[in-house]
Amino acid sequence: MSIVQKIGQTVMKKAAELAPDAWLPGGKPDPLIEHRPALIGAPESRLDGPQKVRGEARFAAEYALDGMVYAALFYSNVPKGRIASIDTSAAEASPGVVLVMTHRNAPPMKPMPLFMTQPKATGGNDLPIFQDDEIHWNGQPIALVLAQTQEQADYASSLILATYLAEPSVTSLSAAKAKGTTPGLFQGEPLKLEIGDAEAALLAAPHRVDSVYRTPRHNHNAIELHAATVFWSDDELTVHDASQGVAHTAWSIAQVFDLKEEQVHVKSPFVGGGFGGKTLWAHQILAAAASKLAGLPVRLVLSREGVYRVVGGRTTTEQRVALGAQSDGTFDALIHTGFVAMTAHNALPEPFILPARCTYAAGSFKLDVEVATVDMLANTFMRAPGESVGSFALESAVDELAEQIGIDPIELRIRNEPEKDPTTGRPHSSRNLVEAYRSGAEKFGWGERNSAPRSRQEGEWLVGMGCATATYPYHRMPGGAARMTLSKDGRVHVEIAAHEMGMGTSTAQTQVIAARLGLPMDHVTFAYGESSMPGMVLAGGSQQTASIGSTIIAANRALVTELLKLTSHDSPLHGLDPDDVIGRDGGLCKIDEPERFESYATLLGRTETGELTVEASAPPPLEAQHWSMHSFGAMFCEVRVNSVTGEVRISRFLGSFDCGRIINAKTAASQFQGGIIMGIGLALMEETQFDERNGRIMNPSLAEYHVPVHMDVPEIDILWTDIPDPHAPMGARGVGEIGITGTAAAIANAIYNACGKRVRDLPITLDKLID
Amino acid sequence: MNPFTYARAADVDDAVQLAAGSQAKYLGGGTNLVDLLRETLERPTALVDVTGLPSAIEERSDGSLLIGAAATNTAVAEHHSVRTRFPMLTRAISAGASAQIRNMATVGGNILQRTRCNYFYDHAGSRCNKRSPGQGCDAIEGANRNHAILGGSPSCVATHPSDMCVALVALGAVVHLQSTRGTRTLPLTDLHRLPETSPDQETFLKPGELITAVEIPALPFASDSTYRKVRDRASYAFALISVAAAIDVKDDIIQDVRLAFGGVAPKPWRAWNAEAALKGKPATLENFCVAAEAELSDASPLRDNGFKVALTNRTMVAVLDALVREKNGGSNP
Repeated sequence: MSIVQKIGQTVMKKAAELAPDAWLPGGKPDPLIEHRPALIGAPESRLDGPQKVRGEARFAAEYALDGMVYAALFYSNVPKGRIASIDTSAAEASPGVVLVMTHRNAPPMKPMPLFMTQPKATGGNDLPIFQDDEIHWNGQPIALVLAQTQEQADYASSLILATYLAEPSVTSLSAAKAKGTTPGLFQGEPLKLEIGDAEAALLAAPHRVDSVYRTPRHNHNAIELHAATVFWSDDELTVHDASQGVAHTAWSIAQVFDLKEEQVHVKSPFVGGGFGGKTLWAHQILAAAASKLAGLPVRLVLSREGVYRVVGGRTTTEQRVALGAQSDGTFDALIHTGFVAMTAHNALPEPFILPARCTYAAGSFKLDVEVATVDMLANTFMRAPGESVGSFALESAVDELAEQIGIDPIELRIRNEPEKDPTTGRPHSSRNLVEAYRSGAEKFGWGERNSAPRSRQEGEWLVGMGCATATYPYHRMPGGAARMTLSKDGRVHVEIAAHEMGMGTSTAQTQVIAARLGLPMDHVTFAYGESSMPGMVLAGGSQQTASIGSTIIAANRALVTELLKLTSHDSPLHGLDPDDVIGRDGGLCKIDEPERFESYATLLGRTETGELTVEASAPPPLEAQHWSMHSFGAMFCEVRVNSVTGEVRISRFLGSFDCGRIINAKTAASQFQGGIIMGIGLALMEETQFDERNGRIMNPSLAEYHVPVHMDVPEIDILWTDIPDPHAPMGARGVGEIGITGTAAAIANAIYNACGKRVRDLPITLDKLID
Repeated sequence: MNPFTYARAADVDDAVQLAAGSQAKYLGGGTNLVDLLRETLERPTALVDVTGLPSAIEERSDGSLLIGAAATNTAVAEHHSVRTRFPMLTRAISAGASAQIRNMATVGGNILQRTRCNYFYDHAGSRCNKRSPGQGCDAIEGANRNHAILGGSPSCVATHPSDMCVALVALGAVVHLQSTRGTRTLPLTDLHRLPETSPDQETFLKPGELITAVEIPALPFASDSTYRKVRDRASYAFALISVAAAIDVKDDIIQDVRLAFGGVAPKPWRAWNAEAALKGKPATLENFCVAAEAELSDASPLRDNGFKVALTNRTMVAVLDALVREKNGGSNP
């Protein structure tokens, strides 16, 4: 047992003494699992839908402030070196220009605290911003223009002239590898694991596959451009941001400007897509610095090109997967190793080995991510970092092995289904992948697949089917906290510094709060998206559902405790413990004697103010240290490959998921489908054109960087097991990222089945499929 | 965007007067020019809006079609005579851009749209002879998957992005021009220049010359013509390659044929060599392959676009084969 586990057990024991019957990590399951009010799982429409359709939901770039000026950025065009000269005189003389900021006149600022180095650190890199003349990547912003209008700022920025003293740079993965690699570290843990002698087991195995898979760089393309509208009043800074971490961002900006956390107010009620990219990058800092310098409110909206130059994306990977197996298919060896490009100023080595750690039983394991250092924009999190591209390689290799042995690929996976976590040895909290495959295969019609490639042709089109396993872990990060106010009219108001980026969080959590308190949804208001609210809840890692859910459990418990204190001898609830009662029909009742009921109106009538406010924090996330907690999915694809042109069209897709209990059937289905659509892009078209001669991104636009259009997306069928996870709040494990995992492999496997071509480097464009 | 003046032309005479003697650009739907203005790649001092100029589509007694240059792409694609007599043009236009863009874009503007070479667009970070003559070309040894395999030069390998023009050159379209010095006509095949040593010179238009109309001569066998576009996604992407084709077969012998390629060259590419190789020959797969080879034997693929040679070959052969089988009452895959 590790020290962490020992500490965990001690903390849990203490927590269990305080509240023996409540949901806790490792305690009893959340009562909402067993009682399951009708609202849990209901396909409620998004509560903010009408606001968004009417254009009433205001996004970060839509706040108009008195006297506001507009910013435009100017970017370097060399990957490494120093600024030799920067001539801003023409820009300064241009109409409407308020000021031009460079390293020569920017206020003193500290580097952003780098993501994951401290609890609230959320900076994309830890480089100086406008503090010196050094260039670290091609596209680094080196000047900012403020003007009365956006057009004036854009025009003036085009008049800036810079020259550089270029220094030798490393701008390709191969060149970087040649200079030597370092072991990848993810969240402080090495991305390296060996169990047994996998290389020897591979050589001894009667069946083996051993190939290298490559994935390119990807850029973030949320439909809402990154933006910050900022103003200072005295020493207080307000940032209207597009953020998936308001509390993190406020704290991190405070460090940059040497302020107290409370002096920075980050507000982000609506976000037009995050995917891991809406964290802290240079643009919020530059907007705040320029605003300080000018003494005016500033709006800085990155252009689409600006997002490619300033905001990191997913890095490139080169992955070896080798599987050694017996004739019955059982794995003797699972090897998943390889290289990622990263920079010297960030810390996200795309952890592509994560699926290999939890998906299959094997006699031996060898997993390793090595980092090669490239002079480029810092890479970052992008939907299912690690699992998205790692599952492409692993699940392609499993399909290759199935063909070699002559076993159905689903059967091969079932034969290697682990009884406990294959690399940690922890018991599964809830794992129903086989059930997901069974129901998915039946609905999809997997039985009609001919395992021989090129066996089905319709005109020019070769038709094939493929499948792959999706996987994403359950996360619940520390720091959940909530403020909850119940009033005697039976309305509850909850505040958490959480986020709505279009996923449906605010709707799903309103359902959860209503269900837990026994109130109708229209008596619940869920406020979120401001750093002044309680909690430190990152909208990342598919963890908001669990984080907010556990926080609501804690706040509700605090509330019920206070309500029960208000009961007099004649109250039917008098003397009951918080764990004896549940919320129902606008009040509390005893769980096993529902007639012992008192309404919130009656309970709160005993207070002077008629309302009660509590604040509470979620218990530490120890459940994941005791159980192996992962979601899984079975992905099925039917694809058509044109035998003349190599064009690929996906004709059917089905995802069958095991993600615990589903909170909202409508928004969850959209999350799964959205993930799968992003997975289609990953498989077939997304690729940052990175010019390896100088590290410049050459396709910084939605015209040239392809994501799927409607015609690329077929009907996507979604199933789920809805089997609750007894160790997760509400029994739910989160649904945001899993859809992108497994998808690319299911497509690649279907393409192989259609045309007999195995493509191991993404994206699978038609040139890789024609002779 | 750089400052410019704006004037809306009342008629063609007014337009050419307004544009005379300045660094003026004619503005059609603006679906390309406005992007280029925003990127500061175009810096005209004046814009002359010609969207109010003739846009009628006129069927003339000699069987030709005269299309006013201000006609929108949508209007042309949906016109009954175009759909029935020149279906390759309808298909080409419909394969381009999006419905919204086609509703804005004009015929004249489509012809004069500029390349989508990423190095051309990256004025802040890349060299481009088309944008800055003599600067050099970063595409030739760079990411050039989308670039030309035919007609390029050591100065430039950018492709012309239009779908519509590929059909128009196959149909032998003639462009009507006017300037303050008078009017003239020019076959569309002779309007665009190959880059040679001056890729910034993209057409043979004279200063101030305005495209007033496009004339499509009668071509009876074009009623079965087609256009096939191959691209990286199902919609809203420029052609990797495309083929416009019409074929007239009598007693299994090819009487006449029209072939043009898109996405492979700095201009819409009339496949004269392939056409010559086919005329008078039996309409067989083998002859289609020989003809494709005749056109593509001069191809000079670059690092990333070698696949275009085989792709153009295969697509041309498949398109001709499908047209012939369709005429013979066979099934069209």
